[in-house]
Formats: sequence, structure tokens, C-alpha cells
Amino acid sequence: MTLLATAVTFVFALEPAAQAMTPVATHFFFYLLSAVAIISAVFVITRRSAVHSALALIVSLLALAGLYLMLYAPFVAAVQIVVYAGGIMVLFLFVIMLVNLELAAKEAQFNKQWIAGVLAAVCLAALFAVVYYKGAALFPGTPLTLAETDNTQRIGIGLYQTYVLPFEIASLLLLVAIVGAVVMAKKKI
Amino acid sequence: MELTTLHYLVVAAALFIIGTIGVLTRRNVVVVLMSIELILNAVNLNLVAFSRLYNGLNGQIFSIFIVADAAAEAAVGLGILIAFFRNKETVNIDEVDLLKW
Repeated sequence: MTLLATAVTFVFALEPAAQAMTPVATHFFFYLLSAVAIISAVFVITRRSAVHSALALIVSLLALAGLYLMLYAPFVAAVQIVVYAGGIMVLFLFVIMLVNLELAAKEAQFNKQWIAGVLAAVCLAALFAVVYYKGAALFPGTPLTLAETDNTQRIGIGLYQTYVLPFEIASLLLLVAIVGAVVMAKKKI
Repeated sequence: MELTTLHYLVVAAALFIIGTIGVLTRRNVVVVLMSIELILNAVNLNLVAFSRLYNGLNGQIFSIFIVADAAAEAAVGLGILIAFFRNKETVNIDEVDLLKW
């Protein structure tokens, strides 16, 4: 036990003082993480087996957590990994195992209106392209470098001071969701 | 080329469009729910990118709330799926037509 305490103290003593570290190979990591996220997302919507889709979604969420780290948001990245990839996707996998999807994997995967769906998505893409092209002047060149040392503390202060009402409402929302999910999934109420 | 906010916005838009295609074209309910999670993550990336641009933490706090909301929504949606599967033994979303005329 004291060995553990010594090791932890050693690690914390070695931490560098509060100074910003220069980013390294930003372009490479951005394109790599973006490619992983987008290709995994394509796998999510095209795989026949639901387990493959869930695993591809986990990969996509982890790539997005990496992108949050690049955007100087370490707390959001940690929340993404722990809650989203570690909680919600595990819930999805539980339900996929509970529900027998073997028969569904043999049927047709795309419904009859897939052409209309893809067309709608292409129109949405065109809308995005027009908005981002016309409004490119609104997103100036190099964003500021946020301080990355006290991000968690500032988010904590924000959650408990400025945004305390949405915080409490979110806890109520989770309570309602838990009660609702348990009642709906029970065999006899 | 310097990495601007626009790069992240384009990635978020691509994820949003892929999620939309998944919601509109797949027949498996579980994959539709996962595509909705993709859409929510695209919005999260958008928020965090803008939070960095405007040097505030509002976007990041908002994205934490979206993660909590996505957890609640996934739990409820999957509960509905389990209840529906218990009755009809299928996860085909075309079979969810009990309220049709």
C-alpha cells in the first residue's frame, strides 16, 4: 500500500509545471482521426451484423475523443470515452445480445425508400457546402490556443455555478429515463 | 494549409450526413438507433470546435449535457426495442406499424 502511495507521489512530482505544450504533427493526427471516424461511421451504417456496427461505432467514438483532445477539450474527451464508448455502447451490445438478430442479418438490410433517403442526404450535403462556402469568413484562420491545464476545474465551476439548473434537470432526466427503461423492459409490471 | 475550425465542421457535417443516411435507409432498429448516436456525436464535434474558436467553455459544457441526454435516450429507445421484440420477434422497423390506419 505504501509502495503504491510512493509510486503515485513520484508520478505527481514528475508532472511538469503548468505550462502549455506545443502541438506535434497536428495535420497528420487530424486527418488520421477524421478518416478513422468517417470510415468507421460508414461501416456502422453498412454492416449486416449489428455487432459489427456497434464495434465500428465504438471505433468512431474513440476517434472523436481524439479529435476533442486536439481541440483542447480533455474533459469532454474523457467523458466521451467513459460514458459514450464505455457505457452507452456497452448497453447497445447488451441489448444486441439479448435480442436475437440472426434472422435479421439474413434479410435485406436497406429498405425500399433508400434512394429517397440518399437523395435527401445529398441535398443536406449541398446545403452544408453552400453554408460553409459562403460563411467561411466567419471562421477565422488559426483559432486561439486554450489553456489546457485547468480545463476540468473550469468546467466544474461552470457546471455548478452558471449551469447548475441544466445540471439538476439532467439528473432528473436520467432518473426518468432509468425508471422508464426498467418499466418498459420488465416482463410483468 | 492551417487547420481551421472549418476542417472540424466539415468532419462533423460528414458524420451528420452518414448518420442521416443510416436513419433513413436501414431496416434494423438497432442500427437506426446507432445512426442517431452518430448524429449526436457530429453535433458534439461542432460544439467543441466552436468552443475552441470562441475561447469559452460553453460549448464543452453543452456537449457534456448532450452526452448525458444521449445516454438517457439510448436507454429508453433500447427499452422500447426490447418490449417490441418480446411481442413481435422482429427488429425490422417496417414492422412497427401498429398505429397505422
